Formats: sequence, C-alpha cells, structure tokens
Amino acid sequence: MSNHSRLQSILSEGRFAITAEIGPPKSADPLKIRDKALLLEGCADAFNVTDNQTAVVRMSSLAGSVLLLQMEFEPIMQMTCRDRNRIGLQSDVLGATALGIRNILCLTGDHQSFGNHPEAKGVFDIDSLQLLQILKKMQDEGVFQSGDPLRGTRPIVFLGAAANPYADPYEIQVDRLRKKIDAGAQFIQTQSVYNLEKFTTWMDEVRTQGLDKKVHILAGVTPLKSVKMAERMKFHVPGTDVPDTVFEQIRNAADPAKEGYAIALNTIRELRHLKGIHGIHITALFWEEIIPALVRESGLLSR
Amino acid sequence: MIITKQKPLEEILRDIGPKPVFLIGCSQCATLCHTGGNDEVIALKEQISSKNIPVSGHVVLDPACHRLNNKRILKDHVEELKQSEKILVLACGNGIQTIAGLFPEKQIIAGTDTLFLGEILHASEYQKRCVMCGECLLDLFGGLCPVSQCPKSMLNGPCGGSSHGACEINPQVECVWDRIIQHLKKQGKLHLLTVVQPPKNWSKAGETNRRI
Repeated sequence: MSNHSRLQSILSEGRFAITAEIGPPKSADPLKIRDKALLLEGCADAFNVTDNQTAVVRMSSLAGSVLLLQMEFEPIMQMTCRDRNRIGLQSDVLGATALGIRNILCLTGDHQSFGNHPEAKGVFDIDSLQLLQILKKMQDEGVFQSGDPLRGTRPIVFLGAAANPYADPYEIQVDRLRKKIDAGAQFIQTQSVYNLEKFTTWMDEVRTQGLDKKVHILAGVTPLKSVKMAERMKFHVPGTDVPDTVFEQIRNAADPAKEGYAIALNTIRELRHLKGIHGIHITALFWEEIIPALVRESGLLSR
Repeated sequence: MIITKQKPLEEILRDIGPKPVFLIGCSQCATLCHTGGNDEVIALKEQISSKNIPVSGHVVLDPACHRLNNKRILKDHVEELKQSEKILVLACGNGIQTIAGLFPEKQIIAGTDTLFLGEILHASEYQKRCVMCGECLLDLFGGLCPVSQCPKSMLNGPCGGSSHGACEINPQVECVWDRIIQHLKKQGKLHLLTVVQPPKNWSKAGETNRRI
C-alpha cells in the first residue's frame, strides 16, 4: 500500500495528469468496477469513484475505491455531504485512509430530489468547503471538527474539490475557487468544458490572481455521444454550458457520436495548451469505452 | 408565522369515521393561512354534517398553542366535548399537541399539515423563511437565510446549479444565494463572502434542551 498519492506526485512534479471517472454499479457486483477499470487501464493516473451520483443509490464510493486499490489502480474517492453528517464523513475518511485511499474529492452533492429516492431526507450538515476544512484540520492539526484530538495516525490525503466556471453568478466563481483553496483544496476538477471561450476567460482571471500556482486545475471533458445527450447537457443538467455552435454541430452531424468525439478531442488539445491547466479529467457518461482512443489520439498517452 | 395546509377532505372524513366529532380552530397562524380560522371551521363543519356525521360543537382558540387560555375557553364547551370521542384540530403541529395534552382520553385528528415558519407574500402565497436553528446567522448574509431557504442549507454557497437566479431543484424558487450575492454587491459588501463559514452548531437548535 502506497503512503502517498501518486496523483499528487505527478502534479507536484509538473507533469500533466489524466483522471477518469468510474461510476459504481447499481448492484453488489464487483466485476462491474473491475471491467470498467480494465477497459481504462493505462489511460489515466487516477480514477474518480462517484458517491451515489445524482442521488441514485449505487455501490459506495469507499467500496468502489477499495476494489480499484485491489487492482493497483489509484482511486479518487468522491465524498458528498448529502448522505452523511460530520460524524459519518470523518469516520469514513479514517476508514478510507486506513484502507489505502490517498485522494478524496469533496463535494456538497446533488440534491436528493434528483435521484431515485426523492422522498429521502437530505443530511447537508456541512457543505463541500466545510468538508475540505475538516479534512485539512484532521491531517494538519490532528483534530476532529469538534476540536477533539485524533489518537494516532492522521488521515493524510490529497484533497480535491470541484469548480464550475459556468455556474451562476459568473462574477463570483473565481472568488469561490479561492475560497476552496483557502479551505484546503489541493487539486480541482472542473465542470465539463464545452464553451472554451468562457473557460479561457475564467482561467485568465484565475492566473491573474495567481490561483493556478496554489492549486492544480484539471479541466473536465465529457464527450457527447448523441443528440439526446447534447440536449440533456444543454437544457437539463444544472450548471453546464453547451454553446449553440457545439449543439448544432452534434445535431447536424451524420454521425453524432463521431462528431462528439471530434469535439472532445479538439477540446482536450486546446485545454492542454491553456496556461495553468495541469491535467484533464474525463467523464464519459455511459461511454467509457471511448476514453482509451481519446487519450491515445490526443497524444496524452506519451505525455 | 407557522404555515399550514389543510389535509384533503377525504382524508379528514376517513379519520373521523361515523361518530360525533368536536372541531377546534386557531385564531392566529391558521386563521391567517385560511386553514383553521372561524370561516374554515364553519365550512368544514358543514361538509362533515352533510355526510351525516354529527358535529357536537366547535371553537376557535386564541391561540391553540396557549395551554392555560385553552383551558379557560374550553370550559364553555364541556358538554359538547363530552359527546365526542374525537377532536379534529385545525391548527399547527404545536396547537394539535396542546389539545392532545389537554384531552389524553380523546382521539385527536390532525386536520392540517404544518409546513414551515414563513412569510405571507400575497393572499394564499407563503414563503419558507426560518427553520428555527437556534443560532441566527442572518447578519452574515445580508438578512437572507441560506439555512432555511437553500435546499442544501449551504453556508458557503452557491452550489453552482442555479440558473438565472432560479434554484436547480425547482425553477419556481429563487436561489437564495443568488439573492445574497446581488444584495451584498449592492451594499458593497461582497467581501463578507470571502470568509469560509465553519460548520454550524446544530446543538443550539433545541434538540437537547426542549424547555426554556
């Protein structure tokens, strides 16, 4: 078991990092995780394991992360504040670290009304910034949120957070990034980029404030597989920005999947050369099999 | 004000059954919400009577959550109350419990669902404003409450899902974080939001200390 986050080493050495998302199954089948992992072997430096994403019950991110560790893949365990209070979250961080997890992505979490149990009571005892702050204090100061000291080994993890340049209101989004860094974020994975222009403007401001020197930013890429998916991303997924030009490109394409792939490839190429971007985070929703080609063709394999 | 909503008539009738019932309303919140004032109590009495269910009496308490005052007012209804095994209460959850405490031998029927502490925006339009968390943080957020109005109670919002000022979980609902930002911006106090707000002390919410 490694004592260190490999992702952290790669980023701190100034190398370009790739992360990819592996969504756990709606079942107790460990092979589903294994199959996805084998498909993506060698494509990414670390793999995000989602935490009941969109509030749909799935295998836990902790279990999914451990399954990846058993295959010697490096997981990034996602943690949301929707289903556990500060006691449950801190307990799981201790357990995750004991089991060898070295990267944690702190999220507030999608509201339960979006998922398959809309009648559930959401917890939201704390939010993503407070979770970052708590985990930072656990490792830096050896204390729990309450101030009660840990006894023994501290949970040393590489702390991540999400950032969304497309969120409303735009004017506070760079401040919000700074706030996450202040709270303890060491790496950032952004919302999927379709609007490159807006993303570039956001990054200009990020660099002006020197934030790219304080945190490693991995830009999100999600290839659009179909017109239906483009419609969903454009009109229904909160906080995404699919510009009309991109939408029309997919809609008018003879082969929307091929077009979506080409757009994603181009986006990766552009993002790779954007100053301050230290990596790419690929989320291929229901299209994981496209990731190897995407990584290979964009020249990221030999980075 | 405590905002309530009357339960569906079929549900109320089902719970009452065929035997006599006594009706209780409340002069304050339930009156303002049009769920348990004099008009609503009379209207419901007529609907119940039309189903051939006897209504032994009715009263509007002032307010239903005032235990001592209830005892005084209800003295005039002792005989009517004796005739009914069931009491239908059109008041908030507090009022219903106060009545239940006064009549341990009777079956209490809740005629309303209690929703939140909120503001009357217009006639019959209410907005949730407070969850009585025990530690008011309104001065940090320009007088707008994210604890009660943000569906994720985020103290370090916004979550990033709102669109043009509308909440992601219901576009009919304003994103309170959007409002906080616009408000503080106008006041030139956006810097207030650069501070990371620590986790909230929920122990002040009256969970362990239920009497003051």
